[in-house]
Amino acid sequence: MFHVKRPATALALVLAAAPALAQTRENVQVAGSSTVLPYATIVAEAFGENFDFPTPVVEGGGSGAGLARFCEGVGENQIDIANSSRPLRAGEFETCAANGVTDIIEVRIGYDGIVFASAKAGPAFAFTPEHWFNALAAQVVQDGQIVANPYTNWSQIDPALPDQEIAAFIPGTKHGTREVFEDNVILEGCEATGALEAFTASGLDEDAAEEACLTLRTDGVSTDIDGDYNETLARLDANPNGIGVFGLAFYENNTDRLQVATMSGVTPSTESIASGEYPVSRPLFFYVKKAHIGVIPGLKDFAEFFVSDDMAGPGGPLSDYGLVSDPELASVQEIVASETVMAAPAE
Amino acid sequence: MTDLPLHGAMPEARPARSILDLDPRTRARNRAEARFRAYGLGALLVGLFFLVLLLGSILLNGLSAFTQTRIQLPVELLESELDPQGTRDPAVIGETSSLGYGDLIEAAMVQAVAAAGVPTAIEPGDLEDILSPGAGAQIREAVLRDPSLIGQTVTFDLLASSRVDGYVKGRVTRESLANDRNLRPEHLDIVDAMREAGTIERGFNADFITGADASERRPEEAGMGVAMIGSLYTMLVVLALSLPIGVAASIYLEEFAPKNRFTDLIEVNIANLAAVPSIVYGILGLAVFIQFMGLPQSAPLVGGLVLTLLTLPTIIIATRASLKAVPPSIRDAALGVGASKMQSVFHHVLPLAIPGIMTGTIIGMAHALGETAPLLLIGMVGFVASNYPNGALDGFTSPNSAMPAQIYEWAKRADPAFYERAWGGIVILLVFLLLMNLAAVLVRRRFERRW
Repeated sequence: MFHVKRPATALALVLAAAPALAQTRENVQVAGSSTVLPYATIVAEAFGENFDFPTPVVEGGGSGAGLARFCEGVGENQIDIANSSRPLRAGEFETCAANGVTDIIEVRIGYDGIVFASAKAGPAFAFTPEHWFNALAAQVVQDGQIVANPYTNWSQIDPALPDQEIAAFIPGTKHGTREVFEDNVILEGCEATGALEAFTASGLDEDAAEEACLTLRTDGVSTDIDGDYNETLARLDANPNGIGVFGLAFYENNTDRLQVATMSGVTPSTESIASGEYPVSRPLFFYVKKAHIGVIPGLKDFAEFFVSDDMAGPGGPLSDYGLVSDPELASVQEIVASETVMAAPAE
Repeated sequence: MTDLPLHGAMPEARPARSILDLDPRTRARNRAEARFRAYGLGALLVGLFFLVLLLGSILLNGLSAFTQTRIQLPVELLESELDPQGTRDPAVIGETSSLGYGDLIEAAMVQAVAAAGVPTAIEPGDLEDILSPGAGAQIREAVLRDPSLIGQTVTFDLLASSRVDGYVKGRVTRESLANDRNLRPEHLDIVDAMREAGTIERGFNADFITGADASERRPEEAGMGVAMIGSLYTMLVVLALSLPIGVAASIYLEEFAPKNRFTDLIEVNIANLAAVPSIVYGILGLAVFIQFMGLPQSAPLVGGLVLTLLTLPTIIIATRASLKAVPPSIRDAALGVGASKMQSVFHHVLPLAIPGIMTGTIIGMAHALGETAPLLLIGMVGFVASNYPNGALDGFTSPNSAMPAQIYEWAKRADPAFYERAWGGIVILLVFLLLMNLAAVLVRRRFERRW
């Protein structure tokens, strides 16, 4: 038989112990872009192995979510570094400032290519931005008239493209990749097809015309993927006609299942991105709270190690994984070493 | 018996026939029953089929994570590279980072390939692609542990890269490497030769069970060990909080509380809480425990607190059911010989209810062990489980993940080798869940009393 005599004592002990455990954080805490995540984990691992600090904690969540957490405030319970695959926006900078996150160090780690890939078994594609605009925009220009997007097959857009149903899997709006896709592909295509001009001619002002360019069709031809690239890959497996948007590094890890399309005649590779030939690339960043330097052990060492020649330089582990090294890495290293804070971004 | 005439209500017109000869209505009823049995059996078979399918695919995909390809590689630890002054001081040797061992490894690979006797067109600098990028760290650690190794040629048992491992396991072929940047088909000729020579071997992968998480470049190093410790600490917190709180709440509600609107409201809410989606508890945990109370992020302590909220309703419901199942005669007997209400509960009712409480607790904990969603919001999902805790108490607050969160994390990563590890992680998690459920069944069998 069990006899339970002092149930209250154990409970009181546990409750008393809980607050005593809150203590100074020893590890650097990072969150943000899922594109930067692999690079950050590679650096974090090497940092933990070579320095006397614990391995930093790196979470994903997307650029927007990471920067939102970054801007929540200063203190031990807030993250120290936000990874982002796009620059900090003016609005986010203001939110940060309103919450006391004033001194922010912006660190550009290198460049990443965005590639368009389809199932290995299907036909090969050679895209231009015009193709993508015509495939995905809600309104396109046909014979000089603005019409609702009529295309359902790639060969209708350009007879040179394969006769295949249009099914696009593009990054959702919480991803930084989406912004690059919009700016470097859709907007480019909008201008090149003359749609931007047509929108302006129809009486829209500049902003509204751009807005019209970026309004994508909602009839199921294009699907926003809010998850990670593995989800896009799974969608391509399920739909052999699908074309997905991936990061270069992800594609290079899955070349046995994906074939990459050329963009404006250029095949994406670290070389063609570094030379600027491949048009769809974007810088990758991380943001550091200056107020946390000196409070969280190892924060500055981690930031310096991240952009050191050993890690982010050409031939280093990051470029092996698919990062295109920043040609101006030395100036980035200088920014980190001198803890130069960023100016407010333009609207 | 009654005097009513037996034949009063029955029609007389019924023809006389043998009871062995079934009439149409009976036959229809029997057919309906047979059909129903067939449906039931069919449902059971469908369920079993999916269970077998699930277990089969998990084992098929996951078991290969428990083996790993390793390479025996003699590496000459040059004094001129590692310790030019010959101080043998760990601080001096430590200055060579794990990346600085690249030249030694390259030289060792060139020698090993020459020894294997394969002429190859691969540049010496690319030969080390056969090895895990973590090889430098592995050698550095060995040198720091024993600086006297410097100057000798030491044979290390190094991990093969994820592509080579995939080739040995049949996942990677020469065709799939055609466009691969990480490894070329020519590398596989070297791998074949080294396998024949016995320097590349596939063996049991204990590191997968005991190791820490690894970065995207080193899937071959990743293990579940630290995440298992994280789960253990989380479960300790859950057990330490939810059992006493849950049992105390149930005893009060069942034995002491007056039956009024207020307690009715509480009862309804407890039942409802059991149905609240787990992510909601995660948001609550983030707001209350991290932002308001200031507890550390990514800590198993917070994970345990959040999962306690999730487990409490299960435990309260199970405990109240088992308290209810204790016959009133036991309480009456205790009160009858002069025990107080509290004595009757703690000396007689609660001991008899303990088997049921334990079963409920174990099932609730098993449920909590498999939860990922609440952990997402408190920072326990990501590249977190990379350090072992420094001590027994540190385990509660140092950043850690949990088993299901680790599986989710691996399933997201780009390298297909992580996918294999995710399945392997599921095998480990299932073993734990199976053991906990088995414990619940055994406790019930062993201690349960029926009246």
